[in-house]
Amino acid sequence: MTTTTTPPAERVEAPARPRRVRSGSVIGSTGLYVATGIAALLFLIPFYLIVRNALMTDPEITGEEWKWFPSEIQWGNFTKPFDDPSVDFARSMWNSAVVGVLHTLGTLLVCSLAGYGLARIPYKHANKVFYAVLGTLMVPTAVTFVPSFVLVSSLGWIDTYRGLIIPGLFSGFTCFLFRQYFLGFPKELEEAARVDGLGYMGAYWRVVVPNSLNFFAAMATITFISGWNSFLWPLVIGQDPSAWTVQVALSNYMTGQTITYHLIFMATAISILPLVFVFLFLQRWLVQGIAQTGIKG
Amino acid sequence: MSTITKDGVSSPAPAKAAPAKPRRGLRGSPSLNFWLFTGPFLIGLAVFVYTPILWSLWLSFFEARFTVTPDKFVGLENYVVMLTDEDFVGSLGTFTVFAAIIVPLTWATSLGLALMVNRLRFMRAFFRSVFFLPTAVSYVAASLIWKMSIFNGVRFGMMNTFLGLFGIDNTAWLASPDPPWYWLVIVTVRLWLQAGFYMILFIAALQNIPQEMYEAAAIDGAKPGWQTFWHITLPQLRATSTAVILLLLVAAYQAFDEFFNLLSKTTWGRPPLIELYYKALGDSQDYGAGSAGALILTVLICLVTLLQGKIMGFGRGEESK
Repeated sequence: MTTTTTPPAERVEAPARPRRVRSGSVIGSTGLYVATGIAALLFLIPFYLIVRNALMTDPEITGEEWKWFPSEIQWGNFTKPFDDPSVDFARSMWNSAVVGVLHTLGTLLVCSLAGYGLARIPYKHANKVFYAVLGTLMVPTAVTFVPSFVLVSSLGWIDTYRGLIIPGLFSGFTCFLFRQYFLGFPKELEEAARVDGLGYMGAYWRVVVPNSLNFFAAMATITFISGWNSFLWPLVIGQDPSAWTVQVALSNYMTGQTITYHLIFMATAISILPLVFVFLFLQRWLVQGIAQTGIKG
Repeated sequence: MSTITKDGVSSPAPAKAAPAKPRRGLRGSPSLNFWLFTGPFLIGLAVFVYTPILWSLWLSFFEARFTVTPDKFVGLENYVVMLTDEDFVGSLGTFTVFAAIIVPLTWATSLGLALMVNRLRFMRAFFRSVFFLPTAVSYVAASLIWKMSIFNGVRFGMMNTFLGLFGIDNTAWLASPDPPWYWLVIVTVRLWLQAGFYMILFIAALQNIPQEMYEAAAIDGAKPGWQTFWHITLPQLRATSTAVILLLLVAAYQAFDEFFNLLSKTTWGRPPLIELYYKALGDSQDYGAGSAGALILTVLICLVTLLQGKIMGFGRGEESK
């Protein structure tokens, strides 16, 4: 309803604009840009520090005088984390990649099917099942890490990909979001597919999923980021260094016996790189996903 | 609107669907398909969410040190131990201080950024991306930057270098609880990581405010700026603000990563999850008391969520469906 009334309203507003500019808001506008610019600089400082420290030598980082830029860019630092014998950084990156990708695929598969079932398949107890799912939203997963750890260790899944990935797949929140999305999916498309003789599964895979790729992409982006960045669960499960994810490896650098600054910051930079790519190329879906999850959440 | 189109399109459909019906059989059975779709998820939910909760409920009534299959029933003793445990109760106090600072601060910062970005005419996408970019960084990586570079307690830390320009001596930001400078470090990390995320929510909400409300206000003589912000923008953002505050509160309750990495083994500044981590998975491996603590926290979170839901009318739309 509101969407139909807003476009003409914007047109009405157009003549008002020059008035605002004339009444001395050139200063206001400049002030706005200065304030935004300063805030932006503050927000960028940590990124600058990662790059600065990653490309400097340690004597320069710890030197008497603050240096804004390395006197000579140390490109050779790039391989340092991989050559360090105390932490198997390459292995931890690989573990994070495996866990991040499988976590994302698994979550999307399991939660989207369930969300669709709850939203679209008529079943008399569907509401009761839905409340059982909603109930889990009340209990944050972080708080249940002690009992979950107990369960996973009695399954013998400590230090395994299974232990890192499987317990996190069944997100009530993701299922809930998929349900909300499918409730708004046009019924006509599925009905056409059913008329053509497809069962529920056939209609889901051939019609519903291909027409929902935007939403799937948004959910995938968010799920991957949270999977890559998660720390508490991998810390609890990855007890042997060979099962560390990159976040656990970074955490261990901080408490290490000797601290080599340029190496630690290069490792941090490399650990952030995949997500920066995600941001650069998938930002559209990410923003859409956040707006969607936030409004529902 | 939608009901009209649905009727219009679907009325010819039943006529066509009728001959297809005999072919449906099991494949078209709704209840079978319901379980086919939701089954994998529900089994996982039962095993990995409900089972741990119930198991820990059971464990919490037993003396369970170094074992998860205990046989010594102790009744409510674990709960008594946790609720009288100075560290655990203290951690709830730590959380309260933390939430009281971080929740309003993040709310105000993200709203402020959203208002600024929303008013920009050029480079809006650029600035939005800049503020949003920290969302990509993990708590561990951000803690590392804060601990090793910005708030490094030694002379070459960025903050100490900066304050050195004014002749201020080096400050040990994290290594001492007195004065509690560590709060500055912890709060700024989370603020930097979260503000952009909630800014996106506020921008979306700002763009949903009907423009004619501002026009009507202008006709009534309201000055753009503080007056319209206070009487139009803020009330219109009520629903989003409620959601943001609830999300921030629950997130703060679960704070672990930055406390663990910034303060590591120190005894001060421990929120509930850190306390539980050391209690259940530390040297004592006391699963009974750890489970009791986890359940106490769960109940507290549920109470806060429900209470806020009641006050703000959150989720009412859901129930009416």
